[in-house]
Amino acid sequence: MRKLPLWLKLAAGATFAFLYVPLLVVVAYSFNDSRLNAEWVGFTFAWYRVLFNDAEMLLAARNSLFIALVASTCATILGTLAGLAIHRYRPRWLPLLVITPVAMPEILLGVSLLVFFIQVLHLTLGLLSVVLAHITFSIGFVAIIVRARLAGMDESIFEAARDLGASPWQTFRLVTFPLILPAVVAGFLMSFTLSIDDFVITFFTAGVGVSTLPLQIYSMIKIAVTPEVNAVSTLLMLLTLVLVVVASRLDKGFMKGGE
Amino acid sequence: MALLEIRNISRSFGAFTAVKDVSFDVSSGEFFTLLGPSGCGKTTILRMIAGFDLPDAGQILLDGRDLVATPAERRPIHTVFQSYALFPHLTVGQNVAFPLRMAGVNETELRRRVADTLEQVHLAELAEHYPHEISGGQKQRVALARGLVNRPRLLLLDEPLGALDLKLREEMQLELIKLQREVGVTFVFVTHAQPEALALSHRIAVMNQGRIEQLDEPSRLYSFPKNRFVADFIGNCNLLEAGVVEGQDGLLRLQAAGLGEILAPAREDVNVGDKGVLALRPEQVRIGAADALPPPFPKGGGGDFATPDDPGASENPPQPPFGKGGGNSFPGTVRDFLYVGDVTTYQVTLDNGQELAALRANDAPGRARFFEVGDRVTVSWAWDAGHFVRD
Repeated sequence: MRKLPLWLKLAAGATFAFLYVPLLVVVAYSFNDSRLNAEWVGFTFAWYRVLFNDAEMLLAARNSLFIALVASTCATILGTLAGLAIHRYRPRWLPLLVITPVAMPEILLGVSLLVFFIQVLHLTLGLLSVVLAHITFSIGFVAIIVRARLAGMDESIFEAARDLGASPWQTFRLVTFPLILPAVVAGFLMSFTLSIDDFVITFFTAGVGVSTLPLQIYSMIKIAVTPEVNAVSTLLMLLTLVLVVVASRLDKGFMKGGE
Repeated sequence: MALLEIRNISRSFGAFTAVKDVSFDVSSGEFFTLLGPSGCGKTTILRMIAGFDLPDAGQILLDGRDLVATPAERRPIHTVFQSYALFPHLTVGQNVAFPLRMAGVNETELRRRVADTLEQVHLAELAEHYPHEISGGQKQRVALARGLVNRPRLLLLDEPLGALDLKLREEMQLELIKLQREVGVTFVFVTHAQPEALALSHRIAVMNQGRIEQLDEPSRLYSFPKNRFVADFIGNCNLLEAGVVEGQDGLLRLQAAGLGEILAPAREDVNVGDKGVLALRPEQVRIGAADALPPPFPKGGGGDFATPDDPGASENPPQPPFGKGGGNSFPGTVRDFLYVGDVTTYQVTLDNGQELAALRANDAPGRARFFEVGDRVTVSWAWDAGHFVRD
């Protein structure tokens, strides 16, 4: 490889530092044997013990995982169908309708969903309303990812399948779906991470009864940023990291082929 | 009965008419080619035969049965796509097995036929590879194998050699001919490359602007083009604007712009007064040093073997007056030449202003050309060499 000039290396280093130092600080302080995020005292797992004994925090985590799982599954199915439809039929308005929630300011979406759920659907705010809200903002992301993958593919592959005797359903099952699977998985993971760390929309649609991790963390830091918050943030980070690694592994496997 | 019958099909896209009332038949075992410039409608016809598109009017019959209502997957017709369209997530073997799986062929039979077909295209050792791991030429073979493995009634090939480099393309041409003879499947081939069409086909339909200009065997298309478009499109051709002065006993006397009177054979009905072009292939035009040739005409005078005021000409039927090897002959100057190895094409400006291309084989070892730019030369052609095309 070509040798990079020093200034370029420094600039790259500074950028990475800007991105990752704050995260590393949070991770470090989650192991700090002190109530304050001020100075390093000593190494401890104490805050993780506190975390796993915090019933409210555990409930919030369970809610978050449940919501993320259900919402991203539904959003992946609907978003994939939308992506396929946009690619296949080139409808004029569908892309706009599907993608608008992605570009919409979250606060606006939160308020509108709240009004819609209460005034129109007469829904009691709770898990269901949060799941519906998360599906709403995730569909667009999945659709965009799936559509981008389809757009990059040779259209004659699908014609070839039909030409060689595959019915429309067989073509989808044996050719189209395996080929878009990496995008579908990527879309799923994208909506999963979006759902797990969403604060604004969840805040509006959760009501009083339900708490999720971001809501719980927010209510805790109203008092102070405790090491327990650091600990839960570290775990959240770890989960995201695992998801990203799994996604890239899966994607590479599919790029190489195999049934 | 023909295997495939195309009956008066038309297809428009908005205001653009891609195919206008086209009819032709393809016989069983034939290598049939649709040849034409891009946008001439050849690919549209292929897509309608495959079932990816439907004609606005007309019928497509296979074994006498109308195909229009049959979806692509139920037509016993396969396609080799220009982009090959191999399934990227399947191995070479799985790609070739795909049509057999769709047809519900049992596993033992399937394995045997995939192995046989891969053997036939010399790819047996690549069965476990994925399409992105093999070369363009190999992809081409996989596409062919996949199209032929369950012996369709008809194999459609859409510019399948277009993406290959020249050397590989020539190899594949020979292999295509061999393969088609071996498997006995009828081929309908689409291309814009006329050398390819001439080399491969039993019959060629030359298309232009949605219509068939001429449907004929390659050698007849080349030697006896029906109109100006075909003459110009197939091979290189000198087109000399000319009008018929007299025609008798298989011979035409033409008044050619800038050349005066020239002779040409009459092969079709033409009438005195008809306008058109004399199509003259560069390889039919001989080129020699101006002083090396004996005067080709008894009475001298470039090409005017019989002037209108020559009393003999109007009374007797015109005969080739110069015996064997005689012909039309004109002095000129070499303007340019194009050396391509085996032959050199000379562009000659005749003294009367007409441009003419003449081809000469480089049969003398080490010689790239026989003439230099500016050399005085004589060009001539036998009286029966050209082909008059009426407008």
